[in-house]
Amino acid sequence: MNTPNTSGSSLESQAAKFEVDISSRYRTDSIFKTLTWLAISIALLVLATLIVDVLFDGLPFVNWDFLTNFPSRKPERAGLLSALAGTIWVMVTVAVIAFPLGVGAGIFLEEFAEDNWFTRAIEININNLAGVPSIIYGLLGLQVFVRVFGPNGWFYELTLAIKESVYQLLVEAFGNNSMLLQWVYGLLTDADGQITGVDITGGRSIITGGLTLALLVLPIVIVSTRESLRAVPDSLRLAGFALGATRWQVVRDQIMPMAFPGVLTGTILALSRAIGETAPLITIGALTFISFLPENLQSPFTVLPIQIYNWVSRPQKDFHDLAAGGIIVLLVVLLVMNSTAVLLRNKLQKRF
Amino acid sequence: MVNESAQIATEPALRAENLNVYYGSTLAVREVNLKIPKNKVVAFIGPSGCGKSTVLRCFNRMNDLIPTARVTGTISFQGTNLYAPSVDPVELRRRIGMVFQKPNPFPKSIYNNIAFGARINGYKGDMDELVEMSLRRAAIWDEVKDKLQESGLALSGGQQQRLCIARAIAIAPEIILMDEPCSALDPISTLKVEELIHELKQQYTIVIVTHNMQQASRVSDLTAFYNAEALEGGSKVGYLVEYDRTTSIFHNPAEKATQDYVSGRFG
Ligand SMILES: Nc1ncnc2c1ncn2[C@@H]1O[C@H](COP(=O)(O)OP(=O)(O)OP(=O)(O)O)[C@@H](O)[C@H]1O
Ligand SMILES: [Mg+2]
Repeated sequence: MNTPNTSGSSLESQAAKFEVDISSRYRTDSIFKTLTWLAISIALLVLATLIVDVLFDGLPFVNWDFLTNFPSRKPERAGLLSALAGTIWVMVTVAVIAFPLGVGAGIFLEEFAEDNWFTRAIEININNLAGVPSIIYGLLGLQVFVRVFGPNGWFYELTLAIKESVYQLLVEAFGNNSMLLQWVYGLLTDADGQITGVDITGGRSIITGGLTLALLVLPIVIVSTRESLRAVPDSLRLAGFALGATRWQVVRDQIMPMAFPGVLTGTILALSRAIGETAPLITIGALTFISFLPENLQSPFTVLPIQIYNWVSRPQKDFHDLAAGGIIVLLVVLLVMNSTAVLLRNKLQKRF
Repeated sequence: MVNESAQIATEPALRAENLNVYYGSTLAVREVNLKIPKNKVVAFIGPSGCGKSTVLRCFNRMNDLIPTARVTGTISFQGTNLYAPSVDPVELRRRIGMVFQKPNPFPKSIYNNIAFGARINGYKGDMDELVEMSLRRAAIWDEVKDKLQESGLALSGGQQQRLCIARAIAIAPEIILMDEPCSALDPISTLKVEELIHELKQQYTIVIVTHNMQQASRVSDLTAFYNAEALEGGSKVGYLVEYDRTTSIFHNPAEKATQDYVSGRFG
C-alpha cells in the first residue's frame, strides 16, 4: 500500500520536520523593517533639506510686493505677478482640455470598446506616450500649434485662400454692390476691413502652452481613469445590466461615482506634473520676461518655473534668492491644488 | 384578468430548444430542451461546471456581456425567440430579472438601490410607494424601514441578498433568475429567502440554481439535473440529464446518474 500513513506516530515525525526557529524569522523581520524605515528617512531628509534651504533663502522675499510686481532688472523691485497669472491661466486651460478628453477616452477604452487588436494597440501606445520626454511634446506643440495653427501658419493661409476665393466667386456672380456681398464681406473681414485668415492659437500663447501641456498629461489622465474604473468590481456592472440598464446608465450611475475619487487623484497628479514643466514651454517659445497680464487665451505668457529658471540663470546672488522665493510660491500653489483635490475626494467618498 | 391568466397558465414562460452554448470554440452546454411553466419554481442542480449558470444566463441574455460566449438554438419567451435580432436585451432584462450568487447591492442608500432600476426604466409612479412595496415583498421592510437613507452595504449578507431580490422585483419582471442566491448566507437567512421564494411564486416564475439538495426539494416544483461528460481531448460538456417534478427527481428518478447525485453518491 502506498497510501500515506496518517497514524499518530507518523504525524509526530512529520511535525518534527518543521524547524520553526521563530527568533531568526523575527530577526529577518526587523532587518527589513529597518531597511524600509531607512529608505523613507532618506527620502524625507532630502525633501526636508530642500525645503529648509529654499525657505531660508526665499522666505524673506515672499511678501505682497513680490506677488504683485512684474519682473524687473532690479532685484529689489522684481516680482512674479505675470508668471503666477500665466501659471494659473495655463493650468486652468490644461485642466479644461485634459480632464474631459482624458476621462472620456479612459471610459471609452475601459467600458465601451471591444477588446481587439486595435484597442490593444491604442492601449500600448498610450502607455508609451506616458513615458515620452516632455521636450518632444514641446516640439510637437511648436510645429502644430505655433506653426500650423498660429499666425501666418498653414491653416491661416488655407482659410485666407478660401475666404478670398469665396469673395471672388460672389463678386463674379452677383456684381460688386449687391446686399449679399456687403453682408458676406462683413463676415469675412476683420475690424480694419481686411480679409484675413484664421489664426487659432495666436502663436506662442496661453492656449498653445495649455494644449501642449494637455497633450503631455493626457496619457496620465487616461491611464489613471482606466485604473480607477478597473478597480470597480464587475459585480456592480452585472447588477446594473441585470436591471435593464444600458451601458451608459451603468457607467454614469454606478461606475463613475465609485471611480471618481481615483479619477480626480489621477488628474491632480497629472496637473502637478504639468505645473512644473519648463522644457516644452520654452520649446514652444514662451517668453521669459513679461511685464503685463494675459488678457485672453491668445496672449503671450510666462509661467513660474520659467521665471524661476530665468532668475537662477542670472549671475547676481539676489536673483538666486528671488528664485528661492519663486519656488516657495510654486510649492504653495501645488499644495493648494493638491489639498483641494484631497478635500473634494474625501467629500465625494464620504457619501457611502 | 383571472380567466386569461388561467388560460395561459399551461403556456410555458420560457422554452429552450436545442440550446447550445459555446465559450470561444469550446462547447460548454449542449442540446438543452426544457419548458419552464408560469408561476412555478424550477431548480437547476448538478455538479460544478456542468453549465447551470451558463444556461441561466441565456434566459436574460447576460451571456451577451461575455465577449467569447455564443448561443445557438432558440429560447422562446411569450412566443418570440429571445435571440431574434428584433429582441432588445436591455428591454428584455427588465422583464427577466436576476439575483446573483454573491449579494451585490450598489454602494448607495437602501432607497436608491431600489429606485435605480425603476428610474432608468422610466418609472412614472410614486417612488416612495414602490420602494416600500418592493422591500415589503422581499420581507426586509421591517428591518430597514428606519434606515432607508443608509448604505446598502451596511446590511448583513442575508439582508443584502433580500435587498437585491427587492431591487429585482421593483421593476416588475415576469421571471426571476437566481444563481445560488443562498450560497453566501447562514441557515436562518437562507430560510428567509426560501420563504420569500414561496411568496414570490404567486406572481413570478422563478428559476433557481442551487447546490443544496434540501433547498431544491423545499422550494421547487420542478427540478432539472445537469451533468457534464468528458469529450475526447479532455474538455467537458454539460447537458440536461433529467427534468421532472421535484418529487420524482428526488424519490424515483429515471436516470441512475440522477439517483446517484441526489443521494450523494456522485463521482
Ligand atoms: N466566462 C467564461 N468563459 C469561458 N468559459 C466559461 C465561462 N463561464 C463558464 N465557462 C465554462 O463553462 C462551463 C460551465 O460553467 P458554469 O459556470 O455554467 O457552471 P456551473 O454549473 O454554474 O458551475 P457551478 O456550480 O460551479 O457554479 C465550465 O466548464 C466553465 O469553465
Ligand atoms: Mg454557477
